[in-house]
Amino acid sequence: MTWETVIGLETHVELATKTKIFCSCTTEFGGAPNTHCCPVCMGMPGTLPVLNQKVVELAVTAGLALNCAITPHSRFDRKNYFYPDLPKAYQISQLYLPIARNGRVDIGEGKTIRIHELHMEEDAGKLVHDPWLDQTLADYNRCGVPLIEIVTEPDFRCAEEVIAYLEKLKETLQYLGVSDCKMQEGSLRCDVNLSVRPAGSAQLGVRTEMKNLNSFKAISRAIVYEARRQIELLEEGKPVVQQTRRWDENKDATYAMRSKENAQDYRYFPDPDLPPVELSGAYLDRLRAALPELAEAKRVRYQTQWGLPAYDAKMITSQKPLADFFEALVSLGTKPKQGANWIMGQVLGQLSAHGLEAGDMALTPPTLARLIALVEAGKLNRNTAVKVFEAVFETDGDVDAYVAAHGLEQVSDAGLVAEAVEQVLAANEKSVADYKAGKEKAFGFLVGQVMRRLKGQASPAMVNQVLRDRLG
Amino acid sequence: MKITEALVDYISQLSRLRLPPEEKRAMTTELEGIVAYMDVLDGLDTAGVEPMSHVFPLKNVTRPDQTAPSQDGEELLANAPASKEGAFLVPKAVE
Amino acid sequence: MELWKLTALELGEALGSGSVTRAAAVQAAQARIAWIQRSCNAFLTVTDPQTPQKAGDSPLAGVPMAYKDNICTKGVRTTCASRILENFIPCYDATVVERLAAAGAVSLGKLNMDEFAMGSTSETSCFGPVRNPWDLTRVAGGSSGGAAAAVAAGGVWYAVGSDTGGSIRQPAAYCGVTGMKPTYGTVSRYGLVAYASSLDQIGPIARSAADCAAVLDVMIGRDARDSTSLDRPADGLLAGLTGELRGKRIGLPADCFGDGLDRPVASAVLAAADVLRARGAEVEEFHLPVMKYVVPAYYIIACAEASSNLSRFDGVKYGWRAESYGDLGELYTSTRTQGFGTEVKRRILLGTFVLSSGYYDAYYKKALQAKAVIKAAFDRAFARYDLLLTPVTPSTAPRLGESLSDPLKMYLSDIYTVSVNLAGLPALSMPCGFDPQGLPIGAQLIGPPLGDGEVLNAAHAFQLETDWHRRHPGGQYAPAAAEGGI
Repeated sequence: MTWETVIGLETHVELATKTKIFCSCTTEFGGAPNTHCCPVCMGMPGTLPVLNQKVVELAVTAGLALNCAITPHSRFDRKNYFYPDLPKAYQISQLYLPIARNGRVDIGEGKTIRIHELHMEEDAGKLVHDPWLDQTLADYNRCGVPLIEIVTEPDFRCAEEVIAYLEKLKETLQYLGVSDCKMQEGSLRCDVNLSVRPAGSAQLGVRTEMKNLNSFKAISRAIVYEARRQIELLEEGKPVVQQTRRWDENKDATYAMRSKENAQDYRYFPDPDLPPVELSGAYLDRLRAALPELAEAKRVRYQTQWGLPAYDAKMITSQKPLADFFEALVSLGTKPKQGANWIMGQVLGQLSAHGLEAGDMALTPPTLARLIALVEAGKLNRNTAVKVFEAVFETDGDVDAYVAAHGLEQVSDAGLVAEAVEQVLAANEKSVADYKAGKEKAFGFLVGQVMRRLKGQASPAMVNQVLRDRLG
Repeated sequence: MKITEALVDYISQLSRLRLPPEEKRAMTTELEGIVAYMDVLDGLDTAGVEPMSHVFPLKNVTRPDQTAPSQDGEELLANAPASKEGAFLVPKAVE
Repeated sequence: MELWKLTALELGEALGSGSVTRAAAVQAAQARIAWIQRSCNAFLTVTDPQTPQKAGDSPLAGVPMAYKDNICTKGVRTTCASRILENFIPCYDATVVERLAAAGAVSLGKLNMDEFAMGSTSETSCFGPVRNPWDLTRVAGGSSGGAAAAVAAGGVWYAVGSDTGGSIRQPAAYCGVTGMKPTYGTVSRYGLVAYASSLDQIGPIARSAADCAAVLDVMIGRDARDSTSLDRPADGLLAGLTGELRGKRIGLPADCFGDGLDRPVASAVLAAADVLRARGAEVEEFHLPVMKYVVPAYYIIACAEASSNLSRFDGVKYGWRAESYGDLGELYTSTRTQGFGTEVKRRILLGTFVLSSGYYDAYYKKALQAKAVIKAAFDRAFARYDLLLTPVTPSTAPRLGESLSDPLKMYLSDIYTVSVNLAGLPALSMPCGFDPQGLPIGAQLIGPPLGDGEVLNAAHAFQLETDWHRRHPGGQYAPAAAEGGI
């Protein structure tokens, strides 16, 4: 029998606000335990939540960009359960009236994923196992960090579609400034609901939910593993049990999480501490008008307006910080194709060498623009420029100062070049003879020798010219 | 509405409360009486009535996204029954 | 003159004019408190009076007062009369505490109450019941029983309590003092340990309506930390007390004077109606049939919210933790089982039930619909009347131990007060007489939303005509030597 895999996703995205959703504590990542906290996010008795207006703005912006219908009258509900990462023993979330519903995302090749809903909620704290005490340490710095949860319909049929969707989602949310989507810091987290059924069947099979998927690679591998596991069970005539499973990166397998003592009965009810959110047409129009140009539009524009090859346009728009960097270079006078080459070559190379995200680099567009301008003006040769780039990359150093301090400016004195040429010709009579006998390869050797004498600081074009003139 | 001991068990577990058998029997009887009384509401016609969670029509009560200093960590942990290095300590909860 | 028999405003004036020193006022209060503690158990924590940061420009500056022990006071234990919070010391002040301190209030401590404000007698306190200063064999009412008893017995000139279903008005009635639950949202709830968030309101208990107005003038107004708080009205409440009632229309809901109401209470409240009529108000009977739905709707909503609000007491972040437990589940269950009293558990279970899967629509949602119907019925009443007049309680203070044995009967006794919380209305309880046993009787004035000034003014008019609010419990426990005279 052939089997069809059916997948739905619940993606939690941390919003790029300065403060938490219901108090004024910072959302900054990290910090010593319980130092980004106050009585409100710690659920102290008597404290009350006050909604951060930026959270609504970012959630609505995301909803609009994902083609959702925005709920004009939405409100917050309490989701009640006991766990040490939840200091109030309820999470403020949205069940009955989520802020956005019924969206869609095109993931290419004619495939559309439907968004069931998008809602606002608060993050929980972090639990760390203490091996010495064999107990758990609770840190509430993450408590109250604003999240949106984006729930899709079960529209995926394979891991590739899931990854295409997540890449598109990540790109879109980064472009909107809704989230930095840093998976390693947990800003984008994914739960995968997966079931299998005989191909052609209209009925959904029993699903499992997989948690703890913190990279695209893990998601992809977990999907492949779990689909195979379920198919094997069914082929052996065994049932799939509805349960939550955890992906174990090291064992490359999913395993069932300890079943909770109780059936999940979250007893949702409207939070009496938070008045409803009502969005006017004017407010929605304002946010709709403020939606930035997204990656797809940029890709088209880079090709039509600036003549970039499709490949370059795609590479550069893959991350918003790169696209922003690129556009800044162009506005500083860099030729688009030059700028694109430097970004795809040197910038990406250095980012990966330093293990940095594009958004975190110190290098600023004026620094690279200046470097490119020096090359263009014939004052630096390209190889030297690459070395300068590597030197200034980490600290956004001063290009001119570095060039001056290291005496790297290109030799443009024709006299010096001619002198070096004479010395090389005198010392390499055999090569000269070879060249004259028609061996073009010998010419390259002679150019190399001249460049060496000039410590690589001459313009290769000039060396070529002088040599050819001299050799007739 | 009949309140059974099984139902009382279920809601006790959800509430993280433990009732010894005798207390459970008494509580079941009391809840039965109270819930039976609450069924008075069945006599009120609420067809088409929107459930009212907020009594006054307040809406969009928000604050600007501006950080304020967090509270001193020691003060926040001062009441903790058990803590270690700035974190609250509980029995093993991480799987 | 015995200082403790003054109203708060009278003492404030004496302090302002210098005829009484702050030290003398505090001393008089402390002498009374020593006796009150032995007889009434009104205080849970007695603190040294803090010198106010500022002199304060309130007419109550320097007047000794106290807080119900569910209002957070920085550095001062706040227990909610529960074992689970017996050692909880907040690291912040409630908004009302900040505002009163800035106005020159002098706090003498924290007052006993029903555990987590759940009860109508102040007997569910884990620190023992509050006794009624008019008859020590009787309850002081609840849940702000300590507040009402302390004011009645002269330990403080006013107290700040909370009212979720009558918790200010009912003990005020039982103890012969004046208590006001303002319009929902007028006083910030920040720092009030929540029982039922959509119904809880902080309010004053004092001798007179004028005292209540003066306390409210300090406490009311929008607070950025409470999303449900409302803007402050432009005019002061105290300044608005004219005593003028001519042309005011007052409705008497016939449904509040029927079966179950004790005769002495009915006659005293009807006599109060006559006093208001004599001051120029038109008083007439009308029907308010929704009264029969208010108690079930109230208990469903209050318990549902309570079950969620009290979940945070789990032995992890603050408060008491069970001494022995194995795993995490046991830590939660043992802490909560041993930390909460029976009435609190009953309400948590009830609230969990009405929210649980399969019962939400039949109970919780139905109660929210009933709330809408009740609110609409009051809106219609206030289209015809400026105020409503009802009893506060069906009877006077019961004997200690009489109520807890039958929880449903205790819930039913809240019939006259809970509707006000469901509809978010302002209401005041004022002394209007005594029953044959010499126990105080209260009358309740209810106003439309934000009609707090109207309510206070009518009560003030009544108190200009009567002296019920100037009666004091007898000397059965308070020897003259303990009284601070001048």
